[in-house]
Amino acid sequence: MITFKNVSKRYPDGYVALNNVDLAVAAGEMVFLTGHSGAGKSTLLKLIAAIERPTSGVITISGQNIAQLKPAAIPYLRRKIGFIFQDHKLLFDRTVFDNVLLPLQISNFDHNTVAARVRAALDKVGLLKKEKTMPIALSGGERQRLCIARAVVHRPAILIADEPTGNLDVEYARDIMTLFTSFNQVGVTILIATHDASLLEDTQHRILSLKQGKLAA
Amino acid sequence: MIRAWLIQHGLVFFLTLKRLIATPLTSLLSIIVMGIALSLPVGIYVLMQNLQAFSGQTASSPQMSLFLKLDVTQDSIEKVNQRLEENPQILAIQFIPKDAALQQLQQSTGLTDIAARLARNPLPDAFVIHTQENTAEALEHLRLTLQNWPEIEHVQFDSAWIERLNALLDLGRFAVLMLAMLLSVAIIAIMFNTIRLQILTKRDEIELSKLIGATDSFIRRPFLYFGALQGLAGGATAWLIMALAIRTLNEQLITLSQLYAIDLQLQPLTTADSISLLLFSGWLGWLGARISVASHLWLIEPK
Repeated sequence: MITFKNVSKRYPDGYVALNNVDLAVAAGEMVFLTGHSGAGKSTLLKLIAAIERPTSGVITISGQNIAQLKPAAIPYLRRKIGFIFQDHKLLFDRTVFDNVLLPLQISNFDHNTVAARVRAALDKVGLLKKEKTMPIALSGGERQRLCIARAVVHRPAILIADEPTGNLDVEYARDIMTLFTSFNQVGVTILIATHDASLLEDTQHRILSLKQGKLAA
Repeated sequence: MIRAWLIQHGLVFFLTLKRLIATPLTSLLSIIVMGIALSLPVGIYVLMQNLQAFSGQTASSPQMSLFLKLDVTQDSIEKVNQRLEENPQILAIQFIPKDAALQQLQQSTGLTDIAARLARNPLPDAFVIHTQENTAEALEHLRLTLQNWPEIEHVQFDSAWIERLNALLDLGRFAVLMLAMLLSVAIIAIMFNTIRLQILTKRDEIELSKLIGATDSFIRRPFLYFGALQGLAGGATAWLIMALAIRTLNEQLITLSQLYAIDLQLQPLTTADSISLLLFSGWLGWLGARISVASHLWLIEPK
């Protein structure tokens, strides 16, 4: 599903975020990505969604080479991916419902079914009763779940989460992990970057560890 | 596919309308500024159209007055009439006997007293002819020919004023064009700035949209609609300003027309001109928005 071959990313200021990374994530797999802050986790995730472009190397998603994607093709790549951002990126000028609606509007979904899809996604994360609430009135855990609803509403094949449990209580964090597991069970490929060691303690999923831009075995 | 596309455009249209209404004062002010800016060239254009219609009536079949000598006989009048009728350059002939001319003078100018005191009618018999020529040279040639007839004292034809009027109209047309161009640039600049501010306030939404797969045209669309709609509203405002101005002016002109016994009424914009005005103003708004979007959107690249 996702492969990296000799991928390096050097920022214009000379900082090397990733150094010759090789990795392969199979379709339907759930993988954790750990490492200290600054180890290159976020960069790796951004490369997958073509938010950053690699300095060298080949990245493929479903066989498509991302490194050579034309700018006009990038939106269509991103629609295959559900991204949960570290800084949430919720829009505070609209309701919970409208926040989740946005990806469907962007992907030009059938007008008649969007409301049902949005409610299904909200129901999945337990926010159905808050569809008319503004995000500012949500708790930290609820905001995180709203981000998840927005990331999965268009049913992407790949789900990418950058520190999805950051700043959350253990209880909330566990809820969120349960959600991810349930998405994985229906076949979604999931990549989660986290530095939260407690999440990884009793997982059966593969753990990739980044250190100073290199993947440790 | 086409249906989805239509629905999407329809949604953006209503969203844009909502946005316009959400900030009524700002929208209204920009629309009024655009309306006033547009109404200036449109107003001059309307004046020119009216002047041209006025000069066109005169110029399309020019009129000449032939004043006969005071001592001509009825016979020679007949002869002149016959010769005029034989001339293919002349379209219509109207004979005005001197008595009728005097009567008309008394009635229309209120000089009854003075006219009544005259010992004899000082006015000559006259022909008013309409020619099908309308170039200045042909008219001048015709005037010279007629002038040479023995019965004719004087041929009056003032072609100079039509030429002057036409030259003035050309100048006016040029002024309208220049003014319209300048004010169009101003409107584009207004729209450029309006959209720039909107883009800045919607920065988060634009960035997120790009991150989750919005195409550039999807992001541009609401801003372009906004520009076009506001431009259209500006054009409609200009149209309203003109309609009101023409109505008010016409009320004033009624008095003037009565005093001068001529029909002085300004004609409003034709349907075709109105539609052109709306389309043009909408296009200007769209263009301002398009330039603004092109120069600001690329600055918002998600990182």
